[in-house]
Amino acid sequence: MALYKLQINGRSYQADVEPDTPLLWVLRDNLGLVGTKYGCGIAQCGACTVHINGEATRSCVLPVSAIGTSKVVTIEGLSAEGNHPVQQAWDEVDVPQCGYCQAGQIMTAAAFLKKNPKPNNEEIDAAMSGNICRCGTYHRIREAVKVASNKPAK
Amino acid sequence: MKLAASAGGGLLLGFNWLSANATPPAVVDEATAAAGNLDFNSYLSIATDGTITILSPNPEVGQGIKTAFPIIVAEELDVDWTKVKVVQAPLDTTKFERQVAGGSGSIPHSWDRLRQAGATARLMLMEAAANRWKVPASEITTDKGVVMHKGSGRKLSYGELAQDAAKLTAPKDVKLKDAKDYKLIGQSIKNVDNKPILTGQPLFGIDFHREGMLYAMVQHPSAFGMKIKSVDASAAKAMPGIVDVVQFKNNVAVVGKSTWQVKKAREALKVEYEKDGDLESTSDHNRIFTELMDSPNATVRRKDGDVEAAFKKAAKVVKSEYQCPFLPHSPMEPMNFFAHVRPDGVELVGPTQTPERARNETAKLLGISPDKVTVEMTRMGGGFGRRLAADYVLDAVEVSNLVKAPVKMIWTREDDMNGGNYRPSVRYRFEAALDAQGNMIGYKLRGVGINAGNPTREDNFPSGAVDNLLIDSFDHKSPITTGPWRAPITNFLAFAEQSFLDEVAQAAGKDPIQFRLDLLEKAKKSPAGEVKYDADRMIAVTKLAAEKAGWGKKKGVHQGFSLYFSHRSYVAQIGEVAMQKGKPVVKKIYAAADCGVVINQSGARQQIMGGIVDGMGHAMYGNMTFKNGAPEQENFNTYKLIRLNEIPEIDVFFVDNGIAPTGLGEPALPPTGAAVANALFKATNKRLRNQPFVEEDAYKSIL
Ligand code: FES
Ligand code: FES
Repeated sequence: MALYKLQINGRSYQADVEPDTPLLWVLRDNLGLVGTKYGCGIAQCGACTVHINGEATRSCVLPVSAIGTSKVVTIEGLSAEGNHPVQQAWDEVDVPQCGYCQAGQIMTAAAFLKKNPKPNNEEIDAAMSGNICRCGTYHRIREAVKVASNKPAK
Repeated sequence: MKLAASAGGGLLLGFNWLSANATPPAVVDEATAAAGNLDFNSYLSIATDGTITILSPNPEVGQGIKTAFPIIVAEELDVDWTKVKVVQAPLDTTKFERQVAGGSGSIPHSWDRLRQAGATARLMLMEAAANRWKVPASEITTDKGVVMHKGSGRKLSYGELAQDAAKLTAPKDVKLKDAKDYKLIGQSIKNVDNKPILTGQPLFGIDFHREGMLYAMVQHPSAFGMKIKSVDASAAKAMPGIVDVVQFKNNVAVVGKSTWQVKKAREALKVEYEKDGDLESTSDHNRIFTELMDSPNATVRRKDGDVEAAFKKAAKVVKSEYQCPFLPHSPMEPMNFFAHVRPDGVELVGPTQTPERARNETAKLLGISPDKVTVEMTRMGGGFGRRLAADYVLDAVEVSNLVKAPVKMIWTREDDMNGGNYRPSVRYRFEAALDAQGNMIGYKLRGVGINAGNPTREDNFPSGAVDNLLIDSFDHKSPITTGPWRAPITNFLAFAEQSFLDEVAQAAGKDPIQFRLDLLEKAKKSPAGEVKYDADRMIAVTKLAAEKAGWGKKKGVHQGFSLYFSHRSYVAQIGEVAMQKGKPVVKKIYAAADCGVVINQSGARQQIMGGIVDGMGHAMYGNMTFKNGAPEQENFNTYKLIRLNEIPEIDVFFVDNGIAPTGLGEPALPPTGAAVANALFKATNKRLRNQPFVEEDAYKSIL
C-alpha cells in the first residue's frame, strides 16, 4: 500500500492503495466517486472514461501510480451544476436509456469537442465509436454531440 | 405497503394498478400509511405546497417505465408535468402483484388503473373547490394543476385544495378522458432520471455503498459440466485487504476491502476442477442439431390439415435451415448485488427485474420465511432478461451468510459473459409446399434447441394462414445454462421465419410484401385453425412501412421486408442496402410499429431504435462459442457488440389507432435481422441463414 495524493475535480484527495490499483476503483471504492462506471476493465467499452489533463482516458487500465500530479476530471466534476454544454445537449436530446454508459459517453464527447469544436459527421463517428452503448442510443449520442457543438463553449 | 413520501397534510390517494377487480382508489390517512397498513400498491400524493408525487412500482431497467407510468397518471390528473416527482417503490410482495420488468408487460397491465387514479384525484379536487365556492361541480374546470370556476373567475391550486380533498370520499366510476384531449400522453417527455444520470449520481446497484460493507467476487466453475476438485486459497488469503475466502456449492468467493484487492486475490486462487457432466463444444451442438433434426417423435406444437398430402401434391417445395448461436445478455452494468444476512433477517439491495424471485429464492436458500427478506430495487444498467434470474443475488446472499457481514458482490465482465443463462442456440428447418399458382398450401417448421424449451411459437404467423401446417420441436438438455433474452425465442425465430418467407415468395414469383398480405387476407377470410394475432394490425403496419419506405419505387437501393408480431405489438421493417465501391452497406431501416397508444414519444422512439440496433448488432456479430464446456469469448475484445459507426439510419413511424398500449421493450428487435438479410439478398443474391452474419461464407464473399 502507498499513499497517493490526487487532484480530482479541482480538489485534493488521498488514497492509500496498492500502486497497480486502476484509477477507476480508487474513484469508486476509496473516494466514493461512483459516476465513473465499470463496464469491461480492459479498455474496450469506454464506460470508465475520465479526463487526465483534458485527455479522455480509460480509467480502468490506468494505475493510480501513473497519475502523479495530473489533473483528473470525472463526470461529477465536469461542471458545477450539471450544465456543461454536453450535459445540456444530452438532456435536450434525451439520450439516456438505462443510462449506465452515459457518463463515459459524455466525458468522451466533452474532451473531443474541446479539441474539435465544430466536427463533421465522420469525425463524430470516429470519436464516439470507442464507447459501447448496449441500449443502442447511438443515434441520439450522435445528435447530442452535434447539438453540443452548436452551443457556446464553456 | 409503506410510503416512501408523505403528502405533508395534503391528499394521499391509494390505488391498485394491476388487478381488474381491485379496490377502487381511496383516500389514505398518513398514520395508516406510515404504519404500512395500506391496501394499495401505488399512490399519488398532492402536498399542500403543490408537489405531486407518483409512485412508480416497476423497476427501471431502461425501458422507460419510471417515466411512462407517471405520465399516464398525470394526464388524467391534469397537472403541470414539471411539478411531478416520481418515486421508485421498494418491493412489497403482498401488494405488488406484478413487479416485474420483463416481457414488455409493464404498460398494458396498468393502463386503465393509472388513468383511473389520476381522474379520481382530479374529481376530488374539483369537488373540494365546488364545496368551498358553493358552486355546482359541473361548472368547474381544471388546467395544469389549477382548479377554476369560469363564472366567478375564481382559481385555486391543487396544493391549496389538497387538504379539503383529503376529507372527501373518493368517487366511483369516474369518466376517463377522450384520447383526442390528451395533453401529455403522446408527447415527447424526457427520462425523469436524466439529471442524476448525466451528473454521475449514485443510482445503479453497483453504486450502492454501506459503511463497513465488504467486497466479494465469486469464482464460478471454469466450464459448464465441471465441479470443484480442490481449492488452495492460501496465497489468495495472504494478499492485502483479503478478509476471507469461502466456498459454497461449486463456487469460491474472495472477500475483502476493495474490488481491486479482491479481484487480484481471486487470480491467486488455485482451484482444480473435475468433470461432472458433458463437456460440450460448439461442434458437438452442430452434430446434435443434425441428429435431432431427422429423429422421430418430435413434440408436436401445432398441426392443421394434412401436411403430408399437401407436400405430395406440391408443384414446388422450398426447404431451408437456419441457426443461431448462444448469446450472453451483456448489460453494461455487470451482475452485482448487496446482501446483508443478519440473524433477524436479510437486506437485499440491487438491480433486479424480479425482486420477488430474489426474495423467494433467498428465503428458500436460507430456510427462512420470505417476509424476513427485504428487497430494495436500484436502477439497472440494462437487463435484456438477464436480471430476471436470481443466481447472482444468491451469490451475494451466500457470501454474506458465510462471512456474517454486509457484502457487495460484483461480477467482472468476464464473470458476466461466462456466467451462463444465455440465449439458447437453436436450429430451424422450414419447408414450404407451393401449388402451381404459387400459393403456400403446406408449411412445416421443426425447431431444435439446446435448453430452449419450446423453440417455436406455434401460433405466430404464418400459422392460421396455411391450411396444412405442422410445427414440432426437440430440446437437447445441456449443462450450459440458458434463460430469457430480450424477446425470448422470437429474437431469432422471427429472423429465420421472415427470411424463409422471402425465399418462398421468391420461389412463388411474388413480391415479398404482396405474398405476406395474401397470406394475411387468407388468415382473415378462411383461417386454418386458430388465429392468435390480429391480421388487420399486421396488414396496417405492413402498409405503413411500405408507404414510408417507398417500397419498390426507389432506384439505387435494395429493399428487404420483415414483419413480426410479438409481445403484443406489431412491427414491420424495411431495410435498405446500397452498393458502395462494390460492397453492400446497410444504409437505413424503416420501422412501422403498432403498440397501441404511444405514451411517450421520446421513450417509445428510443425503444424502437435501440431494439433495431440491438437486433442488427447481434445478428451481425454476436457469437458465443464453447470448447469442452468452456465459453471461448469472455470480454468485449473477442465478443463484439455493435458500435456507433456501424448503425444504419432509422426512421420510426407509429400506427395511431387508439388501442390500449402494449409494450415496446422487445417487439422492435425480432424483425430486424430479416429486414437486413432480405435487403442484403436483394443486393447480392446471397442468402444469410445463420447468425452471426460475419461468420457466414455468404457474407464473407460479399464483403
Ligand atoms: S471499463 Fe474501462 S473501457 Fe470498459
Ligand atoms: S444507455 Fe444503457 S448502455 Fe447506454
